[in-house]
Amino acid sequence: MKTKLKKPLSPAAKNSAICYGLVIVFYLVMQVLVYTDHISSSLNGQLIPICVYIVMAVSLNLTVGILGELSLGHAGFMSVGAFSGAVAAYCLQDVIAFSPLRLFLAMIVGGIFAAVAGVIVGVPVLRLKGDYLAIVTLAFGEIIRNLVTIMYLGKDENGLHFSMLEQNFELAEGGKMIINGPMGLSGNSRISTFTMGFILILITLFVVLNLINSRAGRAIMAVRDNRIAAESVGISTTGYKLMAFVISAALAGMAGTLYSMNSSTLVAAKFDFNTSILVLVFVVLGGLGNIWGSIIAAALLTVLPEMLRAVDDYRMLLYAILLIAMMLFNNSKFKQRLIEKRGLRQQAKLEKAQEGGR
Amino acid sequence: MANMLEVTSLGISFGGLRAVDELNLSIPKGALVGLIGPNGAGKTTVFNMLTGVYRPTDGGIRLDGENIIGKTPHEISKMGIARTFQNIRLFPGMTVLDNVKVGLHNQMPYTLAESVFHLGSYRKKERGMDARALEILSVFGLEEAAAYRASNLPYGRQRKLEIARALATNPKLLLLDEPAAGMNPQETGELMETIQLVRQRFGVTILLIEHDMKLVSGICEYLYVLNFGRLLAEGTPGEVLHNPDVVVAYLGE
Amino acid sequence: MNFLFNLINGISLGSVYAIIALGYTMVYGIAKMLNFAHGDVIMVGAYVSFCATSYLGVSPFLSVGMAIVICAVLGVAIERLAYKPLRSASSLAVLITAIGVSYFLQNAALLIWGSNPKNFSSIVGNASIKLFGGQLSIPVITIVTVVTCIVVMAALTIFTSKSKLGTAMRAVSEDKGAAQLMGINVNTTISLTFAIGSGLAAVAGVLLCSAYPVMTPTLGAMPGIKAFTAAVFGGIGSIPGAMIGGILLGIIENFSKAYIDTQLSDAIVFLVLIVVLLIKPDGLMGKKQSEKV
Repeated sequence: MKTKLKKPLSPAAKNSAICYGLVIVFYLVMQVLVYTDHISSSLNGQLIPICVYIVMAVSLNLTVGILGELSLGHAGFMSVGAFSGAVAAYCLQDVIAFSPLRLFLAMIVGGIFAAVAGVIVGVPVLRLKGDYLAIVTLAFGEIIRNLVTIMYLGKDENGLHFSMLEQNFELAEGGKMIINGPMGLSGNSRISTFTMGFILILITLFVVLNLINSRAGRAIMAVRDNRIAAESVGISTTGYKLMAFVISAALAGMAGTLYSMNSSTLVAAKFDFNTSILVLVFVVLGGLGNIWGSIIAAALLTVLPEMLRAVDDYRMLLYAILLIAMMLFNNSKFKQRLIEKRGLRQQAKLEKAQEGGR
Repeated sequence: MANMLEVTSLGISFGGLRAVDELNLSIPKGALVGLIGPNGAGKTTVFNMLTGVYRPTDGGIRLDGENIIGKTPHEISKMGIARTFQNIRLFPGMTVLDNVKVGLHNQMPYTLAESVFHLGSYRKKERGMDARALEILSVFGLEEAAAYRASNLPYGRQRKLEIARALATNPKLLLLDEPAAGMNPQETGELMETIQLVRQRFGVTILLIEHDMKLVSGICEYLYVLNFGRLLAEGTPGEVLHNPDVVVAYLGE
Repeated sequence: MNFLFNLINGISLGSVYAIIALGYTMVYGIAKMLNFAHGDVIMVGAYVSFCATSYLGVSPFLSVGMAIVICAVLGVAIERLAYKPLRSASSLAVLITAIGVSYFLQNAALLIWGSNPKNFSSIVGNASIKLFGGQLSIPVITIVTVVTCIVVMAALTIFTSKSKLGTAMRAVSEDKGAAQLMGINVNTTISLTFAIGSGLAAVAGVLLCSAYPVMTPTLGAMPGIKAFTAAVFGGIGSIPGAMIGGILLGIIENFSKAYIDTQLSDAIVFLVLIVVLLIKPDGLMGKKQSEKV
């Protein structure tokens, strides 16, 4: 029995093309603007944060949109990646002079540490459901922030020193403090570049989009759509949940490194609940499960406050209203009717095709 | 003759409630057997025990000679039991084709690295999966709908898609939970033909729960009747449906 | 003596958590939603009371009454506008909306009252009672807080078990459809629950700010999350559970501040939440829930 494939894969392929296309065009346009000196200094300063938040949004979309579990602690993984990556970059300073390579290795270290945190958080958390899962990810995010706040880490001729208690911490003469408790990172060498940010976005898209269009991705979406049915066709739900969660954490960790290496100082308080929510807003406004939507939302909403200096006071209020309106619209009768209509059209087409076939 | 499914003294309690008690079933290879009984008799609970959703309090279940008690639902699926659900459980956000491809999950596996990097046999395996999924869909006349969202299918076709997805796991034993629920007589007639066809084409043993007596007596070779969690009667449809105990259970004194 | 002092302070903080948790638990029980904005209603309550006393010159007790009324109205309005249209939506959608409402309240407060911290003056002044020949000094607000918590909890228990409206509330939380068929007005009942929960939040806000007088627009966020932790700890949906959970949490938090590390106290509280959810997902006094296949 041979049946010709009627391009059932085309929507997925189209989505991927839109994602890559958007990012590449964005990069080229910005590069042209930068080289022709047509870019405002404030926008220029936003280029790397835009890349960071695009990666954050796409990776969170993997957890919230594709896996269907609400995570309110995504900034926690960003934090782990930011600090571990910065330490790695500092340690590699004398070994690797070529800074893009040093940054890349630091990002990998950041990603690995965040992935480990993802496993530690994910194993207990993913056994929970719905609201409970959300609140526990929030709790973990806050715990990570608290722990980083009391961390002291420095380097001297005897190597790395680490302590959770300030009074126990001592460095030899000439040693350097890397993470200084509540004061956080200081004296970072700023090696993040827009091009490295662009490369990180491409890596993220490659991983996430390929995953979605694969056996593992289908399994993850099956778990989202109906856990019991997924189990009944032989999918280990806990395994695939953890897989998606850890990949998402690792990518957030890499974004964290890119973020921390873009400034000379950084405190753990930056990666609090509000940052997690901010990224969640990008994902929700871009559309759950819609990767290119996340890209656009993250880029626009990162730049928007700079452009709307005049209404800066109202910015967060607008965000809040937008978020509520979006959720109400998505679940409104109006939208329901639109979807139903499309469904009916598809059904009608199907009936017609079947009659023609007979 | 070897039995595909052997259930011995199966029982389960929820708190103080004995939902199923002392149940014995033996289903020969290739048979088409019905499990009937009034509402609340414990039929779906039996399915849930057979598929590992519930763990029985006592008794044994052997599939093709292998014990399955204590295994998780996905392990039992790999061992060869597939099922459909009384209230349809598709993956509504995915396409019809992808629903079946999820069913093929363990039939044509490739690794996570191949998933992420689209390396090696990724393309070959994906193409193989597409072809196999379309082949299964065509048995149910669903191949034209392959690219549609599963939630956009009409009710009757959703039921068929659920059977197609179950068959994609290449089961030895297929459990159908009220496949004709909500269908009109004409659709039920079509369904009976489809079930017969499935049995021939896929060579599966089938156990089905059904209330529609026309369907049950039309296609099942053997029936088990459950009442209050216990086996009330068993035999060929002719014997069982004329059994006075069964008539009382269904219609009352 | 130090231990006793920390214990009493813990119970007092825990009593505030318990009052907030009662609101959480009632709303969760009836609407099956995590009202993330509940913490911010506390903040509104505190600010209303503050404005009433400082700008309008009303007496502290009247200002509490005003806070309760305004918060109750606010709670009902939030439910009607933001949550009611989402009754049949996924819990993810409702939770995100609730986060949106929380953000809205915080930022509206920021615009109205500014980001500069304001100093709340305690509704009962700064008097304290000295015991053991002055070795132990307990602020009056601590005692007021604990007493209020006990009164509120007793009143709510009697209300839900004895009154007609309370019975309707329990019926709606068991089964909305069936309650409707029994002639209960589900919408009114849900509104009533939000009104009571939000009114309690106003009380909690005033008590909280009387003990910790620095007011900012985000003051409710952390206590809100911790009170939810308390509600889960005690078993969500259970009134005595919320009380016990709240008080235990307050004690744990105060002891970790006193004996471990101030900066780690939040982490320890959250760790407790995680451990409780993993070991006993239904909380200390919660009902067991199972999924039907």
